[in-house]
Amino acid sequence: MSLDELLAITPSPFISGLLWLILLVTVLYLARTPAHTAIGWFGRVVHNAFRMAAGSISRAERGLSERNREVLLAHGREAKERFIEREFDRVNDTMRKDLAGYPTLHRSLSDSIKRIEEDHQGAVEVPPDPPGWVKAVQAVASIDSRSEYMVGNILSDIHKALIKAHKDAMTDYRAASKKRHELLRDMLPYWRRIQQTLGSVGKNVDSLLKRSKAIDRHMEEYEDIVKGTDRAVHMLSSSSLVNFFVSAVVLGVAIGGAAINFSLIARPMAEMVGGTNLMGGFRTADIAALVIIAVEISMGLFMMESMRITRLFPVIGALPDKIRVRMIWVTFAILFLLATVEAGLAYMREILMQDELATTALLRGGDAVVVANEFAWITTAAQMGMGFILPFALVFVAIPLETFVHSLRTVIGFASVGMLRAAALVLRLIGNVFRHGGTLTQHVYDLPIFVPLWIEARIGLRKKRRQSDDYSEVSV
Amino acid sequence: MKHVRHILVTASMLLLSACQDPVARNSGVYMLMDTSGTYNQELEKAEQIIRYTLARLEPADSFAVARIDTGSFSEKDIVAKATFDDRPSAANGQKRRFAEQITAFVDSTQPSPYTDITGGLLQAIEFLNEKGTGRKTIFIYSDLKEDLQEGYIRDGIPLEFDGFDVVALNVTKLRSDNVDPREYLARLEAWKKRVEEGGGTWRVINDLERLDTLL
Repeated sequence: MSLDELLAITPSPFISGLLWLILLVTVLYLARTPAHTAIGWFGRVVHNAFRMAAGSISRAERGLSERNREVLLAHGREAKERFIEREFDRVNDTMRKDLAGYPTLHRSLSDSIKRIEEDHQGAVEVPPDPPGWVKAVQAVASIDSRSEYMVGNILSDIHKALIKAHKDAMTDYRAASKKRHELLRDMLPYWRRIQQTLGSVGKNVDSLLKRSKAIDRHMEEYEDIVKGTDRAVHMLSSSSLVNFFVSAVVLGVAIGGAAINFSLIARPMAEMVGGTNLMGGFRTADIAALVIIAVEISMGLFMMESMRITRLFPVIGALPDKIRVRMIWVTFAILFLLATVEAGLAYMREILMQDELATTALLRGGDAVVVANEFAWITTAAQMGMGFILPFALVFVAIPLETFVHSLRTVIGFASVGMLRAAALVLRLIGNVFRHGGTLTQHVYDLPIFVPLWIEARIGLRKKRRQSDDYSEVSV
Repeated sequence: MKHVRHILVTASMLLLSACQDPVARNSGVYMLMDTSGTYNQELEKAEQIIRYTLARLEPADSFAVARIDTGSFSEKDIVAKATFDDRPSAANGQKRRFAEQITAFVDSTQPSPYTDITGGLLQAIEFLNEKGTGRKTIFIYSDLKEDLQEGYIRDGIPLEFDGFDVVALNVTKLRSDNVDPREYLARLEAWKKRVEEGGGTWRVINDLERLDTLL
């Protein structure tokens, strides 16, 4: 029924409209209570449903947070144990290396000290004997030489003997001094040796002290992790995020390297497997090149695992040392072969490019004029070098990859928690919108029927007044 | 166990999809060169187009160049043909030999008295269908003025151009076209109608400086 038809029930459209309005208001007024109930009920039902969903998501979010926390602490504990273990290993190495030589060191020090003591004793200056003949000389000197001729001779002899004795004493004294100086000079290397030995002991002790400080710090952090303190969780989560972004950047760089590697070998691979064969919609040559790069990365991973630098495959790490070492050599040999193959392919790429340039020049220019470039070997050598080096460079992808994989779990956990939290918030918001929307709809419903409602309110007020008047009369 | 089964099913699906009949993605080009009358002088330009086409074609593509003469529905009119090797280096060698053959032909060819374009087209359709290439393109390097020798029947032969892209190149104007351009337009329109009725697409490229849209 169109609007024109609705307004045509009476000759006057205005009266028709008025009639329809009165009818509508009456119907709305009569249906007010059930309509309000239905609207309120609908709003509450939807609100409750969304609230329940939000509650459920919040519970899931709390569970996930708890799980994230556990995983983070477990990873942190494991990493910290590795750190501490490594520090203890280093301390052990230092102790074993230095303390194993301690008896020798002690003996060397004792010998040096003993030698120094002996030399020192030998270098002591012996005081000269007191001159016992001084009194005899005085007695002889007091005799008058003029009365006794013999005395003069004796004195002359004594004088001569005295001069000789003085000379002998001086010679002996000089020899003794020389010997003492020699002994003192011989002591110098022992002093130096002692100094060096003590210096190296001091260095070792300092290194041990530093390590012990680092171990103390790690132990404190480890204790925090074991206790599951918030500080430890914050530290580990921020560390995970940093690790994630840094490793992602490094992996991006590695992907760039792999792309360059791919472009180096994809073209010549077409000569080996055909340039137009397709496999699953992709060129077989491209797939072959990608497989070579993937094998190189895998070999790199195995090599790093065998060297116990990464721990992505616990099976490899748990292998006996002999097999592990063999595995290192096998993976290295495969990598070397692949690198050689790549260098060859890079060389072939250059030849193919020159061939193609010559063909294009022939087809475009009429004559096959290819300008010989005397520096072309630089490009060829650079390509071959890159082809050889890149496989080895890709070996180190294993390190950021391990960090990325480990930190990815944490980052995904955080992101999931964030999403769940946002979903719960949105659901709660929608639920509240429905609840308040129901109330608002009830008020909006009342707007067109404000006239009968007003009348109803007036009647109700009058009735209430009358009742209150009756009550007051009865009470009086 | 369930995961293993899923992996096996997925791997089988991938293998099956990989083993499906491969869709041909290579191109096949057949070029008809008009050698009749004065148009014979235009063959040097045709050689440039052939060289350009050779440079654009990839390994596994097919290319044939045939002359339009009195009776063109014949393998003998094919000047050079090649299906390029899968290996780029071998394909380059084939291209160089192809170009040499064309140069030798252009240097030695003689004008033919008649022009059998329909016969040439029939030969082109047969050749490209036989090669089974993914894309099929026929270049007609001609003024499109067919001039059949008496006794040669070409009327009423249906030309099946389904899946073919026909490109008319360097459609020169004849002296009579200058007098009455309607003749030229009618000639182009007639060929267009014939190709499109056969299920093909029709293009005309007269500006040989803009060959980038050729393939």
